[in-house]
Amino acid sequence: MSNLKLVMQREFIARVRNKTFVIMTFLSPLIFVGMISLIVWLTTMNNEEVHKVAFIDQSDLFASEFKDGETLEYINYSQYTLERAKDSVKKNKYEGLLFIPKTISQLEKNIEFYTEDSPNLGIIEAIEDIVSKRLTKLNYEKEGLDVATIKAAKAKVALQIENFSGKKTSKLSNYIKMFFGGVAGYLLMMFIIIYGNMVMRSVIEEKANRIIEIIISSVKPMQLMMGKILGTSLAGIVQFIIWVILGGILMTVLTTMIDIDPQQIAASQEAMQEIETDNMDQIRLILSDIWALPLTSLIISFLVYFIGGYFLYSAIYAAIGAAVDSETDSQQFMLPIILPLMLGIYVGFFSVIENPHGTVATVFSMIPLTSPIVMLMRIPFGVPWWEIAISILILLGTIFGIIWFAAKIYRIGILMYGKKPTYKELFKWLKY
Amino acid sequence: MDNLLEVSNVVKRFGSFTALNDVSINVPKGSIFGLLGPNGAGKTTLIRIINQITYPDQGSVTLDGASLQEHHIKDIGYLPEERGLYKSMKVGEQALYLAQLKGLSKKEAKERLKYWFDKFEIGNWWDKKIQELSKGMAQKVQFIVTVLHRPKLLIFDEPFSGFDPINANLIKDEILQLRDEGATVIFSTHRMESVEELCDHIALINKSQKLLEGKVTEVKKQFKTNTFEVGLLAPQENNLREELAQRFKVSPAHFKSLEDQLKLNITLGAQESSNDLLQYLTQKAQVQRFVEVIPSVNEIFIKSITENE
Repeated sequence: MSNLKLVMQREFIARVRNKTFVIMTFLSPLIFVGMISLIVWLTTMNNEEVHKVAFIDQSDLFASEFKDGETLEYINYSQYTLERAKDSVKKNKYEGLLFIPKTISQLEKNIEFYTEDSPNLGIIEAIEDIVSKRLTKLNYEKEGLDVATIKAAKAKVALQIENFSGKKTSKLSNYIKMFFGGVAGYLLMMFIIIYGNMVMRSVIEEKANRIIEIIISSVKPMQLMMGKILGTSLAGIVQFIIWVILGGILMTVLTTMIDIDPQQIAASQEAMQEIETDNMDQIRLILSDIWALPLTSLIISFLVYFIGGYFLYSAIYAAIGAAVDSETDSQQFMLPIILPLMLGIYVGFFSVIENPHGTVATVFSMIPLTSPIVMLMRIPFGVPWWEIAISILILLGTIFGIIWFAAKIYRIGILMYGKKPTYKELFKWLKY
Repeated sequence: MDNLLEVSNVVKRFGSFTALNDVSINVPKGSIFGLLGPNGAGKTTLIRIINQITYPDQGSVTLDGASLQEHHIKDIGYLPEERGLYKSMKVGEQALYLAQLKGLSKKEAKERLKYWFDKFEIGNWWDKKIQELSKGMAQKVQFIVTVLHRPKLLIFDEPFSGFDPINANLIKDEILQLRDEGATVIFSTHRMESVEELCDHIALINKSQKLLEGKVTEVKKQFKTNTFEVGLLAPQENNLREELAQRFKVSPAHFKSLEDQLKLNITLGAQESSNDLLQYLTQKAQVQRFVEVIPSVNEIFIKSITENE
């Protein structure tokens, strides 16, 4: 067996056997699913709470409009004076007091809501909705307009978006592309940070255990570094796959367990049917949108950029690991890793989504440290092949450059003990 | 070809610092070669160059007549001064791993490891983790891994540090046996007594330069000062001392004797022979002791370094 394979194998086994790794592999999906269900549970808890709002309607126009809902109850205090009503609301710990004065002119500007502290936005919206609907209706009547006629006359426009080659797309198409690109970019960033750190820790471990010189007398530093990166990424891929499978299973189990409320299911099914009959075309468009994404090139470029980006960064991680004696010392060198990653994500989420083919997005999808993330986000929107080709070429060139550079630092660094190196010194090592 | 390793005019610089300046050494086949020098002299750099961990800026290194190549890694066993093992890996597993890195097949490595583990009576350590073992125990494992692939050239950097006397002796015997089986050994250390005991060739490096090199006996001949340690019985010691001091270069000597006697180191000029001195002394006193002073490696070491300063 070649030494590279041996190093890879050892690295893989060492990672996979590590107790924290095993625990994290099986616990993370549990924690993740647990968190989601906790959040869902907490929001339902919150929604089940019934809020009470009192109102004084001096105009006598709205009393019949305030109907108790599932989470909101209205209490009519119109017979009280404002001051008494306020006291009573405070005493009963109601959510607030709505005051509608008698004046008809400018009524919409004179309605007030008294509350202890900052009010629940949902309640405000619900009240505003009721009042403005009622007022609009009153205004129509005052102007002598027939409400039914107006409703019938309203035109609802949905642009039929079609590209030049005649394929229909839905408005949602952009969101779908954003979703795919965003998930890919975010996944890559997480992968780099988690497993790049593992590579670094593994290098530091060999240094700290003083085994490095024994190893390095049998293996070329380059082989050792590449073996580490490859072995760790294999372990990472295994962990990722387990996460996806376990997470999927847990999610399905949990959703079936939580969704035992038959009414809700029935309701949602009804809603679904409504949507289906109403928007069947829309859904078909969304599906065809997903299928119309350049799936093959998406998957291929995802793999290329994922692997390329990961290699680029883990080589830097390995070099940092070689340069320092302990993990605490590595903090000072983290900036060149975290900064471009963050930049990539932000450029991705802001510039790409706003204008996937704008200058900023295009430039950042060429710069090698950000290109894996930004280009992954751009590709669903359709990037000309030559742009991808240039970006990949730049990326590949940089990978070789960085690996060469990292191997140099690595070669010197692994045999240096006790010194906390500076950037200046790292630069000097390149010339050794 | 009677040199296994030839290092010729090697120069190695780290930035503005020159770690090795035009260093050449020849290590004869089957010898135990002591690479001596104070801390920071450049010994470890030289050893790393031989191991192809770093590369010389100038000069060349040949092993068995061929200039150093990657496959030569398998012909060298290296026990570095900074040595350790994976803390969380089992002893047997990492020994296997390290052996395989040196090109042994898994099966072969297992068989040989079994032999050595039995020899050192550590067979029951196979499934233990290094963190459960003492430092000396871990060093036994490191020694085994160093010699397991039966390299032509063995390089030990301070091999005895961390060993208790019993284990140090065990390792010393193993080194001698490996030499007898045909291996060549380079031995880097500060411990002059072990150099005196084991090495037949030495090279001395100080401040990036080689000061001297050769067979231990040749080097000693070169450093001897034609001095003799004598013990004399004479009725009037003080008179005799003065008389001798006038004729020769004399200094007090220290050794153990049964009788009280005049103990002196007498240094002769280049033309004078020991017989002349002996003849002269027998006329003056009863000669109880007459020994040529042979410089120890330690003395040679200190003398050459201080002269070089």
